[in-house]
Amino acid sequence: MSVLQIIFLVTGFVTLLAGVMVVASPKLVHAALWLIVSLAGVAVLFVLLNANFLAVVQVVVYIGAIAILIIFTVMLTRRVMADSGPTHNRTWWVALLSAVVLLGGLLALIWQHPAFQAVPAELAAADTSLTVLGTSLVDVNRYLVPFEVASVLLLAALIGAIAVARPVAKGEEADE
Amino acid sequence: MGDPFGLIGRWFMDLLTGWGMESSAALTLLRFLGAGVMAIVLLFACFFLIVAERKMLGRFQDRYGPNRIGPFGIFQTIADFVKLIGKEIVVPAGIDKPLYWLAPLLVVMSIIGMWAVVPLAPGFRGTDLNVGVLYLVSVGAIGTLGIIMAGWSSNNKFAMLGAFRAVAQLVSYEIPMVLMLLVPTMLSGTMGVVGIVEAQSEMWFIVAAPLAALVYLISSIAENGRAPFDLTEGESEIVAGFNVEYGGLAFGMFYVGDFLHAFTVGALFSTLFLGGWRGPGAEQYPLLGLFYFFLKTIAVWFVTVWIRGSFPRVRIDQLLALNWKFLTPLALLIVAVTAVVNKLAVEQGWSRILALLAANVVMAAGVWGALALHGRTVRRREEELRAGAAVSASAAR
Repeated sequence: MSVLQIIFLVTGFVTLLAGVMVVASPKLVHAALWLIVSLAGVAVLFVLLNANFLAVVQVVVYIGAIAILIIFTVMLTRRVMADSGPTHNRTWWVALLSAVVLLGGLLALIWQHPAFQAVPAELAAADTSLTVLGTSLVDVNRYLVPFEVASVLLLAALIGAIAVARPVAKGEEADE
Repeated sequence: MGDPFGLIGRWFMDLLTGWGMESSAALTLLRFLGAGVMAIVLLFACFFLIVAERKMLGRFQDRYGPNRIGPFGIFQTIADFVKLIGKEIVVPAGIDKPLYWLAPLLVVMSIIGMWAVVPLAPGFRGTDLNVGVLYLVSVGAIGTLGIIMAGWSSNNKFAMLGAFRAVAQLVSYEIPMVLMLLVPTMLSGTMGVVGIVEAQSEMWFIVAAPLAALVYLISSIAENGRAPFDLTEGESEIVAGFNVEYGGLAFGMFYVGDFLHAFTVGALFSTLFLGGWRGPGAEQYPLLGLFYFFLKTIAVWFVTVWIRGSFPRVRIDQLLALNWKFLTPLALLIVAVTAVVNKLAVEQGWSRILALLAANVVMAAGVWGALALHGRTVRRREEELRAGAAVSASAAR
C-alpha cells in the first residue's frame, strides 16, 4: 500500500465520520463546523486526484463563504444554538435499516456497471485540466450558454438582495 | 553555489533512500519535513519581527520602544514569551473547549499556510501550485473561521461582538483583495505564484498596475486588522475584541498571527507586484534572490508599519463605506480596464506596459476628480445642516 493510498483512506474515513457528526452532533454550531471538516476532506480528495483547482475552489466557496454564512446564521439564532434535546427518537433502527438496504441496493447496482471495476487511467504529469476548464467555459460549442445564464442568475440574485435590504423610503413608509 | 536549495533536497533524499526507505515515502516525508521547518523558522522569525516592529513604532511616535532586555532591547520578545508561558491557564466558565483551543491554532495556521506557495528564491519554494493565487485566498478564509470560532466559543458577548465586527471587516475587504489578485493573474497569464514572478522579468507589475497594487495594499492591511483599520479590537467599545477571554500562550498565538500576517502581507505584495526574488544576478546565484526577496518584503513591511504608526483610526461605518462604496467599485473598474487594455496591447513588449501605465494614470485622475467632487458635495451638505441647525436654535430661543 503506497503512501497516497494511506492518505486516501484516512481522508475518506475522516470525511465520512465528519459527515455523520454533522447530523449527529446536538449543537448546531458544532454541526456546522463538522460540515467544514467534511468539506475540507473532499478538498483533500480533490488534491489526491490532481484536481488542484477544484480543491481550492472547494475551500474558497464552501469553507470561506458558505460555511461562514451558515455559522453566522446559526450564531444569530440564539434559541436554536442552545438546543440540547435528543438527536434521535425510538425509531432510529428503522432509519438505519432502510439506509443500509438502500446502500446495499445501490452498491449491487453500481457493481454491475463496467466502469466500476475498470482500472483508473494514469494521471497526466502536467495539469492541463485548468486550461481545459477555462477554455470550455468560453467556448460557444461547449458551456458558454450555461455559464452566462448562471452569471445572469447570480447578478439577478445580487440585485434582488440589494432591493430587499434597502431601507424603505420616507414616502412609501407613510402609505403603510 | 549554483543551486544550493536543490542540493540540500537531493542530499536528504539520498540519505533517506540510503536508509532503505521507499522513494515515494521518502518524498512524502521530505515534504512534511520541509513544511515543518518552514513553519518553525517563521514562528522563530516572530521574535525578531515583534521587537523590530515595536522599535519602529516607538521611533515613529517619538519614543525609544523596548530597550531594557539585551542590547537595544532585542530580547524583549523572549522575555514576553517566557512571561506568557509562565501564566496560569485560565479557562473561562461555559466555553466550548475544543473550539476554544482550536481557534488560535487555525489563525496562525492560515498565515503560515500562505508561505507554502511563495517562491523565496529561484528553485526554493514550498510548492508550485498552478492555482497558487486562489490558494492564498482560500487559506486566508480559514483565518476568518478561526476568529469566528474564538469569538463564539469564549461564551462572552464582547468576544462575540468583536468576532462579528472582525468578520464583517475581513469578509468585506476580501472582495477588493481578490479582485486585485486577478490583475497579476491577467498580466502574467497564470495563477501560479512562480509563474507570476517569472512574468515580471522585464518589468515589475507595480509599474503596469500601480492602482491595483495600492488597492491590494490597502485591503491587505485591512485584512490584517491593524491601524488604521484596527477595528477588530476596541478597548473603549468591546473590552478587547474576539480574543478577550484568551490568556497566556493562546493569546500569544493571536498576537503572533497578527505580527506574522503583517510580514506575510509584505512578502505577498513583493511577490505579486515587486517581482519577488528578481534582481540583478539572482538567476545565477539563488542566494542573492533570497536576499532580494527579503529586502523587498522588509521594505513593504516597513511601509505597513509606517502607515500603522501614522494614520488615525477609522470608525466602523467609515471602514465599511470605504470598502463598499470606494474600493470595490474601483477594483471592478481596474479589473475591467486592465483586461481590455492588456488584451488590446498583448504581445507588444514595452508598449504594453506603457499602455497599461497610461490607463492607470487616466483611472487615477478620474478617481481623484470623483473624490474631489464628492468631498465638495459632502462639505456643502454639512454646511447647510449646520446653518439649518443654527437657524432652528435661534428660532427656539
